[in-house]
Amino acid sequence: MSDETSTAPPKHLETLHCRICGTEVAAGPVHVCEMCFGPLEVHYPLEALRGRLTWEVIRGRPTDLWRYRELLPLEGGPTLARGVGWTPLLPAPRLGAELGIDDLWVKADLSNHPTQSFKDRVVAVALNRAREFGLEDVGCASTGNLANAVAAQAAAGGFRAWIFIPKDLEPEKIIATAVHGVRVVRVNGVYDDVNRLCAEVADRFPWGIVNVNLRAYYSEGSKTVAFEMAEQLDGAVPANIVVPMAGGSLITKIGKGFRELGALGLVDPGRQPRLFGAQASGCAPIIGALERGEKRVEPVRPDTIARSLAIGNPADGPFALQAIRESGGWGAGVSDDEIREGIRLLATLEGIFTETAGGVTVAAAARLAAEGRFKDSEGATVLCITGNGLKTPEVARSTYELGEVIEPRLQEVERLAEAGLGLGA
Amino acid sequence: MTTTTKVKVRVPTPLSSATGGERQIEVTGSTVREVLQAVGEIHPEFLDRILVDGGELREFLNIFVNGSDVRFEEKLDTRVQDGDEISIVPSIAGGAIP
Repeated sequence: MSDETSTAPPKHLETLHCRICGTEVAAGPVHVCEMCFGPLEVHYPLEALRGRLTWEVIRGRPTDLWRYRELLPLEGGPTLARGVGWTPLLPAPRLGAELGIDDLWVKADLSNHPTQSFKDRVVAVALNRAREFGLEDVGCASTGNLANAVAAQAAAGGFRAWIFIPKDLEPEKIIATAVHGVRVVRVNGVYDDVNRLCAEVADRFPWGIVNVNLRAYYSEGSKTVAFEMAEQLDGAVPANIVVPMAGGSLITKIGKGFRELGALGLVDPGRQPRLFGAQASGCAPIIGALERGEKRVEPVRPDTIARSLAIGNPADGPFALQAIRESGGWGAGVSDDEIREGIRLLATLEGIFTETAGGVTVAAAARLAAEGRFKDSEGATVLCITGNGLKTPEVARSTYELGEVIEPRLQEVERLAEAGLGLGA
Repeated sequence: MTTTTKVKVRVPTPLSSATGGERQIEVTGSTVREVLQAVGEIHPEFLDRILVDGGELREFLNIFVNGSDVRFEEKLDTRVQDGDEISIVPSIAGGAIP
């Protein structure tokens, strides 16, 4: 990070701004406005950065999310979490042909470092900020991917970590968390109970709960998905982006990311991507409000195999709705069978094994394409594949047989070859 | 008919400036609304901070009775029983649209 010599903390990070009433509060591990309880956010000096932060400058930097550090809320350079982000943007022509979507791409955040989901991005920002605040304990409320990410990065950063999860979380995700030597606390309830508990924990203990009192910083990490897409498309703005929604933060921040790039002149400011939200129909509070034309998101009780999206009371629901509507996008809620089919299509046509959330995204894209939602647009359509299928193998286990066992003789393979692949193709 | 239902109200830090710093307040009432009004009689600023024009709860506040979100029940008209605990918890939202 040698191209930045100033050591004084940037002035714009001294305060946070209430998204609802505009009140400014001193920056710290706080997440709500004292006046109206609205969420807080960071503002950046975009005018001052315009012309200084160019693609040329960015391209000269290491390939991780810190290449966009002026648009992330750290006072100094990152002290932790190098190598996070900069995941592949892959053309997906075979899936595109199947779904009838031209110029289809996959943003493959399932290959993120260190824990194979997009949560590595937000945690990288949150833990660096926690270190700047001098916090020694960090934690999260998680449906699994966030637990993995906080555990791994807290271990690397030498934090004590408290990971609160619903008690019925997949064993694979619990093991991949506990391996990092963190305190895993299983809560007798669903994610929304865990989330409410963590809100009270953050109020009671001097801990940095990344998705509670560090959320104003944490959520900024999601913007880097947008920054990378634009850079990987040589400065072009995708026509359509399909994003899975749990709490609704990612889709909101992808919209914010493209607006910031527009304000900096790094992309055409007159062109914003249409944002399409994807939820499982067994937990679709944001899609429900979208379809009913409502501004408020009423909570639901989740019932879906897509456990990483099973948030019935989405924190950023109203903002996700606003982002979708203002962009001219739409959304879809898909069934568990459609999710399994979505996983199968991505795996068999593009060689990418995603977890259930990715199945939701592919299935929603299929539905939206069938409805003609992408027809009248020119440019790329990007699917955000945010998590890795190796974390939730039991979902696929019921769908695929382990295969027959043969003797180690060539005749056996000749017999199989005569019968073909046997995939029913 | 008078009620003797005693309910404990937990006040989050951002709201405690409206309750003179008190974080746990025990009052009586038979619904969530009555309980909140009872707190408002002790701390007049309290209701103005949590309700919109004295009526509904602010959008970014949630209320839980013994951990259950009142939006799944009768919202502010949810009935409470002796010994119940009411938690007032700000929503956890990131926000983003400038």
